[in-house]
Formats: sequence, structure tokens, C-alpha cells
Amino acid sequence: MTTEHDIYDESPAPLGVPTLPERISADAELPAAATGGTRDPVPRSQWQLFRRRFFRHRLAVAGGIILILLIVLCFGAKYFAFYDKNHQDLLLGPVSPSKAHWFGTDQLGRDTLTEMLYAGQISLKIGLAVALLSTLVGTITGAVAGYYGGWLEQLLMRLTDLFLVVPAIAILAIALRKFGQSDNIIILVLAGLGWMYVARVVRGQVLAVKEKEFVEAADAAGATSARIIARHILPNCIGPILVNATLGIAAAIVTESTLSFLGFGVQPPATSWGNMLSAAEGNYNQNTHLLYFPGLAILLTVLCVNFMGDGLRDAFDPQSKH
Amino acid sequence: MLNYVGRRLLYSIPVLLIASFLLFAFVRSTFDPTARLRASRDKTVVARERHRIGLDKPLVSQYGTWLGKAVRGDLGQSTRSGENVSAMLTRAMGTTLQLIVWGAVLSALVAVGIGVYSAVKQYSAGDYVFTGLSYIGVAMPPFWFGLIAIELFAVKSHLFYSLGLHSGDSRGLGLDYARHLVLPVATLCVQIVASWSRFERASMLDVLGADYVRTARAKGVPQRTVVMKHALRNALIPLVTVMSLDIGALFGGLIITEQIFSIGGMGRLFFNALLSGDVYVLEAWMVVVAACIIGFNLLADVLYGVLDPRIRLA
Repeated sequence: MTTEHDIYDESPAPLGVPTLPERISADAELPAAATGGTRDPVPRSQWQLFRRRFFRHRLAVAGGIILILLIVLCFGAKYFAFYDKNHQDLLLGPVSPSKAHWFGTDQLGRDTLTEMLYAGQISLKIGLAVALLSTLVGTITGAVAGYYGGWLEQLLMRLTDLFLVVPAIAILAIALRKFGQSDNIIILVLAGLGWMYVARVVRGQVLAVKEKEFVEAADAAGATSARIIARHILPNCIGPILVNATLGIAAAIVTESTLSFLGFGVQPPATSWGNMLSAAEGNYNQNTHLLYFPGLAILLTVLCVNFMGDGLRDAFDPQSKH
Repeated sequence: MLNYVGRRLLYSIPVLLIASFLLFAFVRSTFDPTARLRASRDKTVVARERHRIGLDKPLVSQYGTWLGKAVRGDLGQSTRSGENVSAMLTRAMGTTLQLIVWGAVLSALVAVGIGVYSAVKQYSAGDYVFTGLSYIGVAMPPFWFGLIAIELFAVKSHLFYSLGLHSGDSRGLGLDYARHLVLPVATLCVQIVASWSRFERASMLDVLGADYVRTARAKGVPQRTVVMKHALRNALIPLVTVMSLDIGALFGGLIITEQIFSIGGMGRLFFNALLSGDVYVLEAWMVVVAACIIGFNLLADVLYGVLDPRIRLA
């Protein structure tokens, strides 16, 4: 249902252009009833509109809260975990979930919940860092290609195509074997194969935005290209960039876990959710809790990230359908 | 159209050449084909072998030699087993194609079914269940789904098998084959079904709101005909493109599935070659998979133009 009020409230406008409610509220004589009557026609900034739309998306808000909780719990594992990291109880061995060990223990009697919190540090760190890095590289590549055009665009976009046709997981596995498997290498390699998607989206957005009048105005006022890209064009592409960044987090966490599961990612004694699952493979019919819980942690994290992505997409572009 | 396909094919040749050169250089710089000779007592044997297979020449000429043989069908020998690489690839591809064909057909049927149901009964309980499941399907690491599936369906209950595609000396299609195929195909497709069904739902909703569907309804065309004929046919067009792209990506994505279920296809070929540093197998694998991805990308664009005459391919 689209009411008159919704149309006013949801109309997307580029930053810096007065939105409809603002223009209406500038006219002091206009009665409140004209905008639906339920709300005062106070001027709202883009940021306020965005925030209202995001918080209306309940799943996105829930996802955000759970994600923050997970981050706090994992990185504060020292304070929250009931047991010390790598605390073994060899006499106890593997037990199913109980009051003393909520998620059970593994073959060495280590508390699964504690191990999962510490493993989450690495999984989450890799996910966030990869998304940040690949978004940065992708945005710069896409913006430069879209803004300057010509041979530079051809070169950069053909490079993007090239990266898109190589079988990613295979390259990742070989690269990790070549360069070693420390966290930082894993982050660099994953980001090296994740930036193309952002680059394509940003290029498309930049192509559309750079034709707008305010870019022409900035150009006429003598702004440098770098300033036009950074101050005038990119802020108007922030929606798709952020949405793609959330997709990047999700993809990085799943890819890291896959590589670690295959044995090419995070190496013991360091743990991530992926290599906990690798260690648990074969625990069929007994100790199945070792199989379920780390996977559930990945599932929960990725779900929350995806919900946030949906919320961001709706908030930045209320007219989008997906 | 033919013109367009021809041009795209021509254009994909340099892409494939550059990609294969980079992959070749990447694999060569990571693995050493003479590694197995290092333990030899005769210190000159490594140098002689390097000279024999041309490792002492510059990289570009090594690539040229490899490419020259490759286009004539000679992909070299496995450094591990001495077997002909093209024979290994052919055999692995046969196995892998079974997984991909069954996977693609079943995923398409299931995803379109779910998508149409969800769109026609939008906001019904069933729609919410399917939407929820698709969120979970997209977010779940596929290998974890495989492990859980083995635990539930192959170990706890012995409904399906989790090793290979045939047991013992059974061959061909049959119950045994089906019981082997279910879990790997499900693992391969869970993410795909989830994303395709969401895509089909959105595209179906789009079409159901179109003017010509309203016109058909106004003329009194029964619901079934409207949905199956007027709406579905058009809603499939964008899905076909996505399908083609995803199927191309499957060729690389089989590594995990085949590893978990011990199926000797392309994925396992790659995995074993990687573990033993089998250079020629890795190089050939990379190029074949990259070619598959490029081919299906091209197919996606062509199909889009064929199915939707409004789209002009230039």
C-alpha cells in the first residue's frame, strides 16, 4: 500500500538536493494535514531518513544487535568464557552438552563453547578485514574506471573480467600454499579475489552519477578530479557500496571456513570455525555436537550480516525490489 | 546474432590466453615439477630433468611450448602417476558432468516450483517458510550442509550413501546410482536452489503485476493459464541468465562436494594434484575450468538475447 505520506517520506533524492518534505516544510503556512497529518513535517536530513528506514526493518536491526553481541563475546572471550583457551581435561574426553559444558567438549576435553569464542575472533576478523579491504580496492578501481573512462576504463574492466573467469577457490588454495597461511596472508588473498564485484557495481553507479548537474557544477567551480570523486560522486554511491560490503563479509566468512575445512586456511593450533569443523569431520553418530555448533555459528553470523545488508539496501533505496 | 556470438568468441580467446598464461606462471612459480627428484643421489639429475622439460628457458617460451602441445591435445603427463593428463581430465569430466547435469536439472525444477508458489501465494505461510529456508540456504556453508546430510541420512539412517557414485560393481542408472547421487547433488545445489528460488519469486512477482497479465485476467483467462503461460514463460527469462552463470561457476565449486563424498571428478582431481604439486594436471585443470566459466558466461548473454527479443545484442 502506498499512501500519500509514504510517497513523501520514501522518495530517494541524491544528497544535497532538498527532499520533498524539506521543501514542503519550508512553507510555514502549509498545514500538517497536507503530508498525511500523522507527523509534523519537520525537515529531515538524508541521514535521518536513512536511519528511520533502517530501523523500520526489524530483521536488520535484530541482525545488527546479534552481530554486535557476537563480536563483543568473541573478542572479549577472555572475560566471558568459562574456561581458559586450550584448557584440556583429558580424563573427561568428549562429552555431550551439559550444565558444565553448554556445547560439550572435544576429544581433548576442551570446552567447545570456549573454543568457539576464540575461533570466532579469527573468523570474524578475517570476514571484516576482507570486506573492508576488497571494498576499498573495488571502490577505487570502479570509481577511477567509471570517472575517467577511455583506455584506463578498458584496462581496469578487462582486468576485472580476467579475475572473474578464474576459478576462485582453486586460486585461493594455491595462493595460500605459495605464500603461507598466516591470518594476514589469508586476508590479502581473499580480498585479492573479492574486489571485482564491488568494482563493477561502483563503476556502474559512477557512470550514472557523473552525468548529474552537481558534478558539472563542481567541475565548473574548479574542483579537482580527485575531489569530485571523493566529495561529490562517491557519497552518492554509498548505498550499493555498503550493501556489497556486507555481502563481502558473508562471502569471506564462508570462503575462509571452506578453505580451512579443506586444510588450506587457518592452521592449527590457531582455530577458526572452519577448521573446528575440519577437526570434527568423521564424528558421525557420536560427538555430533562438534559437528553442529561451529557450523551454526557460521550460519548465524552470515544470516545476521545478510539481514543487515537487506536493511541497508531498503534504507538506501526504498524503491528497490529484490 | 551469429555476428555477436562470433565476436564474443573471438574476444574470449585473448581473455582465455592471458588467463591461461597467468595461471601457468602462477602454478609454475608455486610448484616444482622436479621436486620428486631432489632426493636423488645423482646431483646432476635435477639439472638434466630441468633441461629436458625446458625449465631453464624463459617463462614465455615455456608457456609457448606448453600451449603449442596443448592445442594439439597433448597436455603432458601427470608427475605423480605418469598418466596422460588429457585422459585423466576426460574421465574426471565425465563424472563431474553427471553431478552438474543432475544438479542443474533438479535445482531448476525445485527452484522454479518454489518461486512460482511463493509468488502466487505471496505472504502466505508457505511463502514465509520458503523465504526463511532460502535465507538459511544462502547463508549456510555448503560443506557443513554436506556433513550434516551425511550424519543424518547416511550414518544415522542408512537411506543414502556417502561414498562415490556406484557401490561395488554396479553400473549405469538405477536405484544404487540414485542413492549415491542424492546427497552430493543436494550439497552442490542447496545454495543454488535457495538463490534461484528467491530470484524466480521476485521475477514472477514482477511479471504478475504487469499490464498484460491484468489484461489476460480481465478477459477471463483462468488463473492456471495466466500463471503457467503468460507469467511463468516471461519470468523464466532473467532466471535463465542467472542459471547459466551459476552453472559455469559450479565447475570450480565442485572441489568441496567431491572431497566430502569421495567422488573422483574434476574437484578431486584438482585437490589431489594440489596436494602432490602435480603441475601439468593443475595447469590443464585451470584452463579447462576457466574455459567452462567463459563459455557459460557467453551462453548467458546469448540466451538473454534469444529469449527476449526486446534486447538487442550489439
